[in-house]
Amino acid sequence: MNKTVNQKAWFFVIPVFVLVAFNAIIPLMTVVNYAFQETFGNNVFMWEGTRWFKQIMLSERFHASLGRQFLFTFIILFIQIPLGIAIALTMPKEGIGVPVCLVLMSMPLLIPWNVVGAMWNIFALPDIGFLGHSLNALGFDYNFTQQIGDAWFTTILMDVWHWTSLVVLLSYAGLRSIQPAYYQAAEIDGASRWAIFTKIELPKMKKVLTIAILLRFMDSFMIYTEPFVLTGGGPGNATAFLSIDLVKMALGQFDLGPAAAMSLIYFFIVLLVCWVFYTLMMRNEEKS
Amino acid sequence: MSLELKNVEKKIGLDTHIYSTNLKLEKNTINILLGSTLAGKTTLMQIMAGLDKPTSGEIWFNNENVTGMKVQKRNVSMVYQQFINYPNFTVYDNIASPLKIIGVNSDETKQRVGKVAELLKLSGMLNKKPNELSGGQQQRTALARALIKDSDLILLDEPLANLDFKLREELREELPKLFENRDCIVVYATTEPSEALLLGGNTATLQEGKIIQYGKTLDTYNKPNSLVSAQVFSDPPMNIAKIKKSGDQCSFLQNDIQWKTKLNIKDGEYKVGIRPHNITTYKEGNNTLEIKGKVLISEISGSESLIHFTNGSLNWVSLSNGVFQKKVGDEMNLYMNTDEFVYFDQNERLVSNG
Repeated sequence: MNKTVNQKAWFFVIPVFVLVAFNAIIPLMTVVNYAFQETFGNNVFMWEGTRWFKQIMLSERFHASLGRQFLFTFIILFIQIPLGIAIALTMPKEGIGVPVCLVLMSMPLLIPWNVVGAMWNIFALPDIGFLGHSLNALGFDYNFTQQIGDAWFTTILMDVWHWTSLVVLLSYAGLRSIQPAYYQAAEIDGASRWAIFTKIELPKMKKVLTIAILLRFMDSFMIYTEPFVLTGGGPGNATAFLSIDLVKMALGQFDLGPAAAMSLIYFFIVLLVCWVFYTLMMRNEEKS
Repeated sequence: MSLELKNVEKKIGLDTHIYSTNLKLEKNTINILLGSTLAGKTTLMQIMAGLDKPTSGEIWFNNENVTGMKVQKRNVSMVYQQFINYPNFTVYDNIASPLKIIGVNSDETKQRVGKVAELLKLSGMLNKKPNELSGGQQQRTALARALIKDSDLILLDEPLANLDFKLREELREELPKLFENRDCIVVYATTEPSEALLLGGNTATLQEGKIIQYGKTLDTYNKPNSLVSAQVFSDPPMNIAKIKKSGDQCSFLQNDIQWKTKLNIKDGEYKVGIRPHNITTYKEGNNTLEIKGKVLISEISGSESLIHFTNGSLNWVSLSNGVFQKKVGDEMNLYMNTDEFVYFDQNERLVSNG
């Protein structure tokens, strides 16, 4: 082998390295640094070892917000994925309807997250909001600022409204990529509509659905802005999901050490779940 | 058993995809639809199968009008250019799927799958999923699914087009055997003349939605009824030149090469079609008529050499056995076999050949 050795090539890597260092490595290492130390301000730090990690792992407050987080993510995935596939299946396949549907579907995705929160806040207010007022007029005792169930209902509805489109667009792309010959072959076999869905469409959509579930898992697991604006985590701590709780701890109480430890644990949970899920889904794909 | 198209026509919007077509296919025959892409082969097959309805005209099967009858009731099977199998079924389940829908019991299914799998050399991979197989094996699975059902009509839409050369050769040789002793009509669409010749049977040449000629494959090849049919059935494309005939002397309009003909036709101008393999770089057998050429492109394909050359204002293609390396711009002599010339009149209808 005649490989030329030229160490100058490393210079090309420097800009990327500097960029990544500033936007990822340094902030992350700062958090790691905080997680092992105690500070009383004035840049005075004391070594604490793994104390904050133990404290967070054993804290009931963390368990509660983690539980809320998993429940929320599970519910919205359970609604958004089937709903998204169902909508994608009913969307037109050709003609003017295609661009119209695609644009309409992307609308919610284009709205800034804090605006979504503010919109739904006003929309759902029991006295003046269209949704809140209508529900009350219909005889429901609805008040998302005071009742836990209503707060959850509103937050979930908001997230479904905001993000189902993403699943729809991905599923639609997956469906469109199935060659017409598959449908013809199924027709020749005399397969039912349900069989076509389970035996052809679902397996063919497996990869995009994996991506859709991963994206929705990560986004919903790290959700902050929308519930912060909508409910502020309330009533009480009823909708204080992990990130809301984390910000409260870090900036509200200024417990930097425990907050840093919590964010690292948080980070590893997201990483672990994504890795396990992806590995399971792609287990049989590797061979091809 | 027979399948008959009566004045079948297919229009989509203002576009005519299939012009009025009459065709009768008999039982136990392989029928090849030969034509380039967009000639209407697939549309015609889908109409035959009942996957698509003709705009007008009728389809008769066994003296029964089946126009508009749903494909599920027609007992047909189809193999596509793409390898179409159920993605999360094993090979076994894929092959068994048509039987499952009809409701064949499991013992019989097992026996029939085993038989078909053996025929298609899939016995060792019945427990695998399609994405673990090579392209050739995937297409064999699709073929097995088509063969297991005892269909009345088996349609194959360029089944070998997506396979690499070796696999294509291999399957191509097996295909005629697969359809032997089957009580069915086979329709096979392809763009490749050599495939049609290899499969035998009958061939219909198609061009722009029209069937140009239908008959025994060899007859269609040897006696093209028109220039279009000859061109569809020639790969590389046929060389065409204008000629003049007076008495028993013929000559090209572009140059002064002359030859004698026994043709009993009126004097005047004609077009002559010369298949590339009837122009060779060496004198051989009846290839005696000499023509000078300047090499444009020279390519070697397998053990054959393709030489594109110019003579006067005409571009020609010659195909010779053996490997010849020619440089672009080389002057050389080539030899043609006048017995194999195909003569067409000014309207491009066959006058006579030989």
